[in-house]
Amino acid sequence: MTATETAARPATPAPGPTTFAQALNAALRDALREDPDVLVFGEDVGTLGGVFRITDGLARDFGPERCFDTPLAEAGIVGFGLGLATQGFRPVVEMQFDAFGYPGFEQVVSHVAKMRNRTQGRLTVPMVIRMPYAGGIGGVEHHCDSSEAYYAHTPGLHVVSPATPADAYSLLREAIGSDDPVVFLEPKALYWSKTELELPVRTEPIGTAVVRREGTDVTLLSYGPQLPRALEAAEAAEQEEGWSVEVVDLRSIVPFDDATVTASVRKTGRCVVLAEASGFAGVSAEVAARVTERCFHSLAAPVQRVSGLDIPYPPPVLEHRHLPGVDRVLDAMERLQWDDRPDPTYLEEDRR
Amino acid sequence: MTSVADLLPCPEPVRFLDDAGQLLPGAPGGQARDRGYQLPEPEALVRLWRGMVLGRRFDAQATALTKQGRLAVYPSSRGQDACQVGPVQALGPQDWFFPTYRDSMALIARGIDPVEALTLLRGSWHCGYDPRATRTAPQCTPLATQTVHAAGAADGLRRRGSGGVALCFVGDGGTSEGDFHEGLNFAAVFEAPAVFFVQNNRYAISVPLSRQTHAPALAYKGVGYGIRSEQVDGNDPAAVLAVTRAAYEHARHGGGPFLIEAHTYRLEAHTNADDASRYRAEEEVRQWAGRDPIARLQAHLLGTGAIDEAAVAEAQQQAEAFAADLRTRMREEPEVEPLSLFEHVYAEPTPQLREQAAMVQHEEALR
Repeated sequence: MTATETAARPATPAPGPTTFAQALNAALRDALREDPDVLVFGEDVGTLGGVFRITDGLARDFGPERCFDTPLAEAGIVGFGLGLATQGFRPVVEMQFDAFGYPGFEQVVSHVAKMRNRTQGRLTVPMVIRMPYAGGIGGVEHHCDSSEAYYAHTPGLHVVSPATPADAYSLLREAIGSDDPVVFLEPKALYWSKTELELPVRTEPIGTAVVRREGTDVTLLSYGPQLPRALEAAEAAEQEEGWSVEVVDLRSIVPFDDATVTASVRKTGRCVVLAEASGFAGVSAEVAARVTERCFHSLAAPVQRVSGLDIPYPPPVLEHRHLPGVDRVLDAMERLQWDDRPDPTYLEEDRR
Repeated sequence: MTSVADLLPCPEPVRFLDDAGQLLPGAPGGQARDRGYQLPEPEALVRLWRGMVLGRRFDAQATALTKQGRLAVYPSSRGQDACQVGPVQALGPQDWFFPTYRDSMALIARGIDPVEALTLLRGSWHCGYDPRATRTAPQCTPLATQTVHAAGAADGLRRRGSGGVALCFVGDGGTSEGDFHEGLNFAAVFEAPAVFFVQNNRYAISVPLSRQTHAPALAYKGVGYGIRSEQVDGNDPAAVLAVTRAAYEHARHGGGPFLIEAHTYRLEAHTNADDASRYRAEEEVRQWAGRDPIARLQAHLLGTGAIDEAAVAEAQQQAEAFAADLRTRMREEPEVEPLSLFEHVYAEPTPQLREQAAMVQHEEALR
């Protein structure tokens, strides 16, 4: 069988569980096969298959014209992709790590995000910027940033972060098919998570949040790398305190699904937002503000945020101190005025 | 394998015409002759001259519109007319063009409607023309970021097998930006048919060339990337046209990218809001005004009989009519629908944008 014939086959992973990384690989493979204008490129994505092996075998099966290595320059990668988009291509570029994406930031913010608006819809940039992000893997400096707020703050970009293998496949396929640029944030701590999965799979569309666990007492909002923590915390809260926790996976930071979030919080009357990024001026702050604006009269207590500390991402030995854990989520839930008394945290601060 | 000698620019800028417009004896001489740069045929030179006469009148009209408050700002390219018109006129129908904010005259040479060309500077939108229909990217304001776009577009043109090239304008200041270097490097590595045309007008707003580079000439910056490079007298329209034609041929036929440095001068301040007397001497401006590209080519064409005084008068009349029409059309206040703010942020507005659009619509209704 020739390379082209191999590539032409639909992705049928071997029986057994599919990892998050395999689901992403299958999505890229299926997109490359179905649309000749899709191009995959970046640093080490060719022969090596990416440092996380997400592009494994793509250069071999689709050839170096469809999946290729570029010079090591992120602004160049993003800008080159924009140039290819002017000629009708659909670039899927990889920033090797979150913090290595910063050199490309100007291209993303000033051009990729704005081109449609600048040209009144005449020149669009159907580009996907894939980015392994966040920590929890013992990575050294510059390998664990949660940079979603920078992109979410930029009108013109979709910002998506899957937390399950099924979403990894489906959201990536949808992102590649989108006529808008999508910053596709892959939680690197979840690359090896796995589930029984039949591909191709279609999950809820971009812009939709999904209830992962039903509950009646508290809504726990989370996304990306912290979703497994949210589900663990929900179990612990049920076991230890008897609170019924509804976990909502935001999935899509932009567009944001106010409707699903609002419906859940109005039902439960209490809300905690869990995100790995630093909290100050972060996505968790935006989410808390939106919930407060929309659900104030349904809330029994102020919305609580559980986030990473407001520090540069720490060295691996102290990583666990930075990352929000189940305990911090439970502490936040405890402050939700179950006995109808105000949370003393800030009152005491005021008295000092 | 290309040798370094093949990449190096001529030690002196390529010239055909002297400052007075006389054809230099034996021009082009030396290496420039060896590289096969040829004096363009009279028809092409006449067309270039007409384009420059029109372009300069447009430029003067745009400056005047700024004084009348019809444009928010206007960065003039008067004095750079040969660079603005020559490379654009030499493009083929399948080629793309990546201009900067200073290249409005080049948009006119490209055949773009002047009102659409001035949309950015009028402030009624960011880009008024259709980039796909005109094969012209929006004027780029962040410096040199368009260099990588041109590299990618050129690679796209190569992939489509269209034989098209991408022309990218950039200024001397822009060559200091990282994106300039990434664009050159990407184009070279992918052997993309891109032509990078540096208009070295000696100043980045106020900062002189000596603060941008210690290189003997900006043209040498291509060599390190394996890009064939050249420098040209940017106020000699014949030389600009000859070198850009050679660059397009090189790129179009698989030679990879090409870098041209055109030595020229911005006769006006950076924009109408700038005061150039704070950073450059009048004597220097006078010297460069004496190398005027239009006067040089006009003298040459009158000398060879390619045009006569009647043709000069006719070209000026045409330019006047163009300016008069532009004046009339720019007198109308541009109408911009407030809700258009939300139309092209995404293919479909997000729920949040729909809410904000409803708010603006409500405000409009109350007015």
